[in-house]
Amino acid sequence: MAPIIQIDHLSKRYAGGTTALDDVSLSIEAGEILALLGPNGAGKTTLISIICGLVTPTQGTVRVGGHDIATDWRAARRMIGLVPQEIALEPFETVANSVRFTRGLYGAPPDEPHIEQVLRSLALWDKRDAPTKTLSGGMKRRVLIAKALSHKPQVLFLDEPTAGVDVQLRREMWQVVRELRASGVTIILTTHYLEEAEEMADRIGVIDRGKLLLVRPKDQLMGEFGRKQLTVELDAPLAALPEGWGLRGITLSADGRSLEYDYDARADRTGIGRLLAELGRLDLGVRDVATRQSSLEEVFMALLAGEQAAGGQAVGEQVVGEQGDAR
Amino acid sequence: MSWRSIRTIYLHEMARFFRTIWQSLASPVLSTVLYFVVFGAAIGGRIQSVEGVPYGAFIVPGLMMLTVLQQSVANASFGIFFPKFSGTIYEYLVAPAGWVEVMLGFVGAAASKAILIALVILLTSFFFVGVHVAHPFWMLAFLVLTATGFSLLGFILGLWAKNFEQLQIVPMMVITPLVFLGGAFYSASMLPPFWEQVARLNPVLYLVSGFRWSFFGIADVPVGVSLGAVALMIVALLLAIRWIFMTGWRLRE
Repeated sequence: MAPIIQIDHLSKRYAGGTTALDDVSLSIEAGEILALLGPNGAGKTTLISIICGLVTPTQGTVRVGGHDIATDWRAARRMIGLVPQEIALEPFETVANSVRFTRGLYGAPPDEPHIEQVLRSLALWDKRDAPTKTLSGGMKRRVLIAKALSHKPQVLFLDEPTAGVDVQLRREMWQVVRELRASGVTIILTTHYLEEAEEMADRIGVIDRGKLLLVRPKDQLMGEFGRKQLTVELDAPLAALPEGWGLRGITLSADGRSLEYDYDARADRTGIGRLLAELGRLDLGVRDVATRQSSLEEVFMALLAGEQAAGGQAVGEQVVGEQGDAR
Repeated sequence: MSWRSIRTIYLHEMARFFRTIWQSLASPVLSTVLYFVVFGAAIGGRIQSVEGVPYGAFIVPGLMMLTVLQQSVANASFGIFFPKFSGTIYEYLVAPAGWVEVMLGFVGAAASKAILIALVILLTSFFFVGVHVAHPFWMLAFLVLTATGFSLLGFILGLWAKNFEQLQIVPMMVITPLVFLGGAFYSASMLPPFWEQVARLNPVLYLVSGFRWSFFGIADVPVGVSLGAVALMIVALLLAIRWIFMTGWRLRE
């Protein structure tokens, strides 16, 4: 089956010389959730802004549902809904009218049952007659999603959907995205939270400094790079590691007061229970226990180090080749 | 072209006008009354007639033109600037609506508002002076063409402006002086010969002159020249708007 979005050799260079996007190629299948992961300024927003028509590419092509965004832009854009990163709403417009406006702007005929269904699914129906300026930040973001869904798009772009929102709202957003995917919408979201990508995506694309470093199924990527570390602070310093612990990935700090254990959080048996049981058996008092997951920066470092070690070629060339293999 | 997109933008813009209908109408009506009191009664008392037309009636087309120009530019520029300011401009840029749809929606609404206000001013003037419109069809034609032309100009101004100061400076520094120097309150023939020739460089003179002809059958310049000037203006502005949307100037990165 042909991909719903096909991006080939897409680049964006600004007049000042900044390269925001550098020769990106990517295929996105219908019905999947693709998370574009990368730090601020990596090029994530530039990529989706080009596909949606907000930024003009310097070179390359994008097809949405087989329609070229440059030559057949009307058909391509009818398939797309965009939820921008910044909350931008007309303050005096009511929620329902705001959603109706977007639908009309897309040239779609009035469809009140659809508007009602969208507003209900986003828990906005009770607020349909409220001016958007009276809504909370979370509700405003949901209004943006409702507007983006007003014309029944097949592809939805969510640009940093949970940037600056609290934990509860973040989880609500994740639920909304899952429900949208269940309804058949292809979703491309950008985020700089590894946790968010892990929570929602089928595939994860890692982007940095305008280059798409790789695109892999989430399980594969997290298995490779999503390691966690357990730190156990001891009551009393330990002179040396008990025999055999070093082979299990356990290390002792220089002052002997803490143990560090690298483990795969996705494994059936993480080995944490065994370690704690052994500490009890050896009568080693535990003062504190903490875990931490590989940060995005560490994932990048691991990615780059791995690619360099694998081929000894320029990193960019190597990972672009790999990205082509992802689909 | 999507008529539904045009209609959506048009009705959205008109809804803002009707939400504040009394403010929208009260201000121009009050201004008109003041103009009639100051120019019509106070000064008009000393100027009995201009080219055979009582001075109070003579300034009616000029007052209407003054309002149409100011309202067209203000409405159209604010209409497109506000989405830029609030960030909602992205909706217009990602929608499957081209520059023609977006332009017709905004410019159509801005011109409609200006025409409505101009007609209200005409009605108001009936309370002060006896005005007879000699060529109603051409009066409406000039009104529509002028409102369209200056709404297009306002639309470009709104696209160009980066802040509210820029949005206000052009109407204040350019449009208002052009209107006052364009014969709104006098005939160009009343000026000394040199200044009469300078006044002919002012495009607004042609609009006021043509419009006044539709009322009284008198004009500073031939009516055909007035029509040609406004048509030329509309074509030039349409080409400029097309260029802005094609290149994404001040719209797309």
